[in-house]
Amino acid sequence: MTVTTTEPTDTTEPTDTTAPPPATGPAGLRVIPARHPWRWLAGVAAVVLVAQFLHGLATNPGWDWQTFNAFVTADSILRAVWITLQLTCYGTVLGFALGAVIAALRLSASPILQTIAWAYVWAFRSIPLIVQLVFWFNLSYLYKRLGVGIPFGPTFWQFETMDVLGALGAAVLGLALHQAAYAAEIVRAGVLSVDAGQLEAAAALGIPRLRQAWRIVLPQAMRGILPNAANEVISLFKGTSIVYVMAIGELFYQVQVIYGRTGRVVPLLMVATAWYVLLTTLLSIAQYYIERYFARGAERTPPPTPLARARAFVRQIQESRLSTAPGGRS
Amino acid sequence: MTATMVDVRGVHKSFGRLEVLRGVDLQAEAGSVTVILGPSGSGKSTLLRAINHLEKLDRGYVAIDGELIGYRRSGDRLYELKEREVLRQRTHLGFVFQNFNLFPHLTVLENLVEAPISALGVPKAAARARALELLDRVGLADKADAYPRRLSGGQQQRVAIARALALEPKVLLFDEPTSALDPELVGEVLDVIKDLATSGTTMIVVTHEIGFAREVADTVVFMDGGVVVEQGPPAEVLDHPRHERTRAFLSKVL
Repeated sequence: MTVTTTEPTDTTEPTDTTAPPPATGPAGLRVIPARHPWRWLAGVAAVVLVAQFLHGLATNPGWDWQTFNAFVTADSILRAVWITLQLTCYGTVLGFALGAVIAALRLSASPILQTIAWAYVWAFRSIPLIVQLVFWFNLSYLYKRLGVGIPFGPTFWQFETMDVLGALGAAVLGLALHQAAYAAEIVRAGVLSVDAGQLEAAAALGIPRLRQAWRIVLPQAMRGILPNAANEVISLFKGTSIVYVMAIGELFYQVQVIYGRTGRVVPLLMVATAWYVLLTTLLSIAQYYIERYFARGAERTPPPTPLARARAFVRQIQESRLSTAPGGRS
Repeated sequence: MTATMVDVRGVHKSFGRLEVLRGVDLQAEAGSVTVILGPSGSGKSTLLRAINHLEKLDRGYVAIDGELIGYRRSGDRLYELKEREVLRQRTHLGFVFQNFNLFPHLTVLENLVEAPISALGVPKAAARARALELLDRVGLADKADAYPRRLSGGQQQRVAIARALALEPKVLLFDEPTSALDPELVGEVLDVIKDLATSGTTMIVVTHEIGFAREVADTVVFMDGGVVVEQGPPAEVLDHPRHERTRAFLSKVL
């Protein structure tokens, strides 16, 4: 048998080669990681830019952090945050409830219901939200009274439009109807993403229709619905600022009122920004955990939560300390 | 002579212009095992799905234990039943899918108790006890709290069989139960089905496993082109087929 060893291995002078090493020993060769000088340089440049920006935030008097501090937890701002949260909450709940109904109509077997659902989505996606809001705000101009009764027949109960639909009511109505159109499509997408075999299996088992939807399809659809729904909730949360056109005292309107009075535009915009960022962060965290819940069964081993990971990290440090401390002395 | 459990008469079914079933007749006695063989596209799966009304029929009828499936007869007319009634009828028919179709977001135990509780109104505790019994029977008692995706294909199919059994159906329908499995997992599933066959459950099995047909079937049915070409005991159909089409098919798969 001939083994082609070209030359006796030279240990003093290494030669550059991509040829596999001669099979001398099992573990004689050390691995040197490749170097990336440009990657480091780009990183340093980015850090410098960020540092410059942060330095500016702290030192530029234009940011006026004193005014920011004075207003960020002021009563008027807190009240405005509360109204913003209410608008978001009602808009989300009503929007998604109506959206789910519209999605169900769209997925129903009836062509009439399908068409109506399609037309709803078409109409409310076509009209800009701000136009719609002003329109609802002026509804009493179109219908002075609203009533409940037999269609085209007698009315049993009626009321002044202005009484039931104040500014806040009009805003909630507008946001919810607008949101419903988008929510309907998101819910429908989620339902369509569920494997048809799931419904077939449920039908073959004789599971009642409503139960099929509620227990089998919807929980699986939620995986597809949630990321998009969270997007919508967050965008609605910030989008509530649009109702300032109706002079409702939500966060953005309130901030405008204050800087209109004091002239401190930038710090007050920062007040609004800080609240929007804080609450969006909370929503994002909630999204993470809700998605995790609906992912059960989807992955073989679900990854640990950031909190669990942090706890594991701390435990690891503690354990390594415990094991090294007595060992080091002995 | 035992009673006819499954009675399929003159069943026609088209998908658009494609006529998949062209007048199928099939009878199965209570407690018997019928294996349906045939090339792909011969209508075997469609027939099985027609039996539990996952497919509506264009003509003909299916009766289980003397009860029409999916229709109500009045004089010489068949009236389509409401979905609620069809769902109730389906609880008499267990269906095992090629792709298992377990509910991935529910644990194995939840998969098994769902239909008995929501469709039959069985009390939770009783449904649980029965489910655990069935899991034991298919050799998966220790997997009750696992999610289906953590199981192997063979285990998933055994869970699916247990899920079908949980309704205590009169008839079990198997649609190519081993076709989606790795070869080494086929045996464990066939063993469970064989075990059921000896316990007297009426079964109709669509499969490509000729060996299984020979060993377990009381009747082998050969379908091609949307009709039953021939049927009889396995020794007859598999070893002495009378029709050229049967012979051609068997020579390819054996």
